[in-house]
Amino acid sequence: MTSEEIFALLEPIIKTYLPEDVSAKEINHESDLTRELNINSAHLVDIILDIEDVFNIEFKNEDMEKLRNVNDVTFLIQQKISA
Amino acid sequence: MKINEIILQLPYSEPFLFVDEVLSVSEETISGTYTFHKDAFFYKGHFKNNPVTPGVILTECMAQIGLVCLGIYLLDKENSLTSPTFAMSSIEIDFYLPVFPGEKVKVLSEKKYFRFNKLKCEVKMLNNNDEIVAKGTISGMIINKKREETIHSKKLPQ
Repeated sequence: MTSEEIFALLEPIIKTYLPEDVSAKEINHESDLTRELNINSAHLVDIILDIEDVFNIEFKNEDMEKLRNVNDVTFLIQQKISA
Repeated sequence: MKINEIILQLPYSEPFLFVDEVLSVSEETISGTYTFHKDAFFYKGHFKNNPVTPGVILTECMAQIGLVCLGIYLLDKENSLTSPTFAMSSIEIDFYLPVFPGEKVKVLSEKKYFRFNKLKCEVKMLNNNDEIVAKGTISGMIINKKREETIHSKKLPQ
């Protein structure tokens, strides 16, 4: 899967958990999940759980610490589906 | 961890402690009780001359037994109990019956998942006649202080 294909599946997941004052247009490869998109830690977990379902992969506790922006998530998904 | 040790680890005290007893606990479920004292502070104003336990207090009681007590037990199982703090993140509860001053309630909670420090549970509250008083889903984040401090210090500029 290319990172663009992953992004296409990832974007709607993130969109579900965006607070009302953040526009979906602000989701791009570089957006910082908590600082820019304003996603709280509980919703970050929801996003990870949804990703696990959609991509059929599993995240570990230490993976969470690596996730800052959308690119980090895409990269980790890519790693996990090709593993 | 023994059942009676859970309450000692709770981060609450009077007048905001709403757990009297934990009846049973496992990695999947927990049950406990609380009796609402007739002279509790909120009855004075909720409502004027008509004391009824506020829904937010019932919710708090459900969260303290169903989420926080269970969370303490689960963290202890993982050996990562280091004076955690709890932050409620989401609640959806339906209320069915009023709870009056002096009533004893029982809270039953079932874990849906506990992952990445987020605990989500289905929680029920029953009255003394085993009738459902309230029922719903509660989630919260467990913030382990020690761990947060290490993460935080990494972020600080050198």
